[in-house]
Amino acid sequence: MKMMKFDAVTKLFVLIGACIGAQICLANVKEIAGAGATFPYPVYAKWAAAYQTETGIKCNYQSIGSGGGIKQIKAKTVDFGASDAPLSSEELDAAGLMQFPMVMGAVVPVVNLKGVTANQLKLSNAVLADIYLGKIRQWNDPRIAAENPDIKLPSRAITVVHRADGSGTTWIFTNFLAKVSAEWKRNVGNAKSVAWPSGVGGKGNEGVASYVERVKGGIGYVEYAYALQNQMATVMLRNRNGNFVAPSIASFQAAAANADWMGAKDFYMVLTDQPGEQSWPIVGASFILIHKTQDNIDSARATLEFFDWAYRNGAKMVDDLGYFTLPEKVIDLVRSAWAAGIVGPAGSAVFPRP
Amino acid sequence: MTGSSITTPADQHPSEATRSRFDWRNTFFAGFSYVSAVSVLLILAAIIISLVVGAWPSIKEFGLAFLTSTEWNPVTEQYGAAVAIFGTLVTSLIAMVIGIPVSFGIALFITELCPNWLKRPIGTAIELLAAIPSIIYGMWGLFVFAPLFSERVQPWISDTLGDWAVVGALFQGPPLGIGMFTAGLILAIMVIPFMTAVMRDIFEVVPTVLKESAYGVGATTWEVTRYIILPYTKAGVVGGIMLGLGRAMGETMAVTFVIGNANHLSASLFMPGNTISSAIANQFTEADGVLYTSALIELGLILFCVSFVVLALSKLMLMRMAAREGKAT
Repeated sequence: MKMMKFDAVTKLFVLIGACIGAQICLANVKEIAGAGATFPYPVYAKWAAAYQTETGIKCNYQSIGSGGGIKQIKAKTVDFGASDAPLSSEELDAAGLMQFPMVMGAVVPVVNLKGVTANQLKLSNAVLADIYLGKIRQWNDPRIAAENPDIKLPSRAITVVHRADGSGTTWIFTNFLAKVSAEWKRNVGNAKSVAWPSGVGGKGNEGVASYVERVKGGIGYVEYAYALQNQMATVMLRNRNGNFVAPSIASFQAAAANADWMGAKDFYMVLTDQPGEQSWPIVGASFILIHKTQDNIDSARATLEFFDWAYRNGAKMVDDLGYFTLPEKVIDLVRSAWAAGIVGPAGSAVFPRP
Repeated sequence: MTGSSITTPADQHPSEATRSRFDWRNTFFAGFSYVSAVSVLLILAAIIISLVVGAWPSIKEFGLAFLTSTEWNPVTEQYGAAVAIFGTLVTSLIAMVIGIPVSFGIALFITELCPNWLKRPIGTAIELLAAIPSIIYGMWGLFVFAPLFSERVQPWISDTLGDWAVVGALFQGPPLGIGMFTAGLILAIMVIPFMTAVMRDIFEVVPTVLKESAYGVGATTWEVTRYIILPYTKAGVVGGIMLGLGRAMGETMAVTFVIGNANHLSASLFMPGNTISSAIANQFTEADGVLYTSALIELGLILFCVSFVVLALSKLMLMRMAAREGKAT
């Protein structure tokens, strides 16, 4: 009797010890934690579920927003952070972080116009920018009509819908507008939340989507996945080469393929307004942030193993979500950066190339 | 046997031991309630201090101009609270203008006019309505009410009132169905159960003898309400209204759904606007940078101050009413 009691107490201590030990020894890394961007959340959640069934290691990703993710990784409360907008080299160096692109997605404008179905309406960059600047106010404006001779445009007021909350989607969208419109760059700028010259704000992609569906004559911008799921009327945009392109995984990948990742320091790459015949102009990568010097080499290795697994096996899973993974050569660059950039306390590489 | 049946002074009073035990409990309970009450003040002070500390960079940067500036630009880091303050006050005002008469009417109906068999169902229904989470009201507002409002009601109001001289400016603009007016309406629907429940409870404590006397000298139901019930319960009625107003000003999710979240000052109630609480809810997660975060915290501080001022004004009103008591009206 006494023996058993003692046994139970020992077990308890061993259990507590194991819980603490899980942080230290490799065999016991059962969970990796991340926090940040909402834009890639569906992807990370799906990967995490598949990874857990395959390896038993749980990846706990909290989509608290890029800003929160950056704060958390700086405070080292999570193993990795995620941000939709790339951080500048100065900010990375100041916090001892490295970043790498994980998954890509696209932002698409959507409209609610009677009789206009998906990819019928064509908008040039200048027209889209002027709509969001509040300079083009009617759908039958001659500048819209000039590019859409075969559509009967109503004399309805344009209601601009934007994000009310700060978001990576807005960052990518305003980055595009700032690139194609000097006036936008001067008066509004590029940020996760800007002073919108006109329109109404919806909370989250679903908020923008429901406002656009609600308001006749509305135009908004959402992640491609939301436009797909809600079967919204997307529009064709004119890309840098002057072609009108429809949003599709193929046109997003075309934009990504033409990007010059080799020349991008710290993977600082924004995929808006990329060259290429078929390139969709508003594409963005979502980034992972991780400390360059790791106090705990085992949890760092477990984290990188998850991302390595995702690069190898994740592509198929994200297609139907409206996202896509990086080209193989970019993944290769990322792996080299891991090997060279992430070290343990003793200075040895956490994830050396085989 | 007989000895034990004789009552002694010791039996009449609790024994020394029991009394000291009671004393210990009394002391404990008195201390406990004292600490609980004081902790309210301490928590309040702590909230104010942490809000001021958090908002300090923004207070230092913008000063009083923060209250009057309509600029809210995270790119250039220029922040002002005027639009959010305006939106908070206007939506709460709309909610009160609609909510006070309606809840007063419901409460009066339940206590004075309602047949007995109907009292309980209505009372229960109101309590149930008060328990619905605010996000449900918000979603209902966006998906059910806003389309109905924009298609049927709004064009009609714009057409009939929109051309009037002064009032017209309040009702112009495209019929979006979302905006400050819709937000105010949703808020009214949300606060009515609260205010009704409070008012009903306090109307019920009016002594029957007072009302019966008034009826006895030939007073009508309205006269009883005006001269007996209201004077007797005014502190409670104002308290109930303040509870509703506090909820309306602080309400976040329901408003965020339907107000349109645009940082523009507009005379028209049909145009989208913003409130303090929805600005904070929308932007806090992605607010990076010290100034951005502290500007949002300063918004919270302002909401705190506005609530405090409203509460103080209501107390002042009650005090002036009390001072006038007994004089001919």
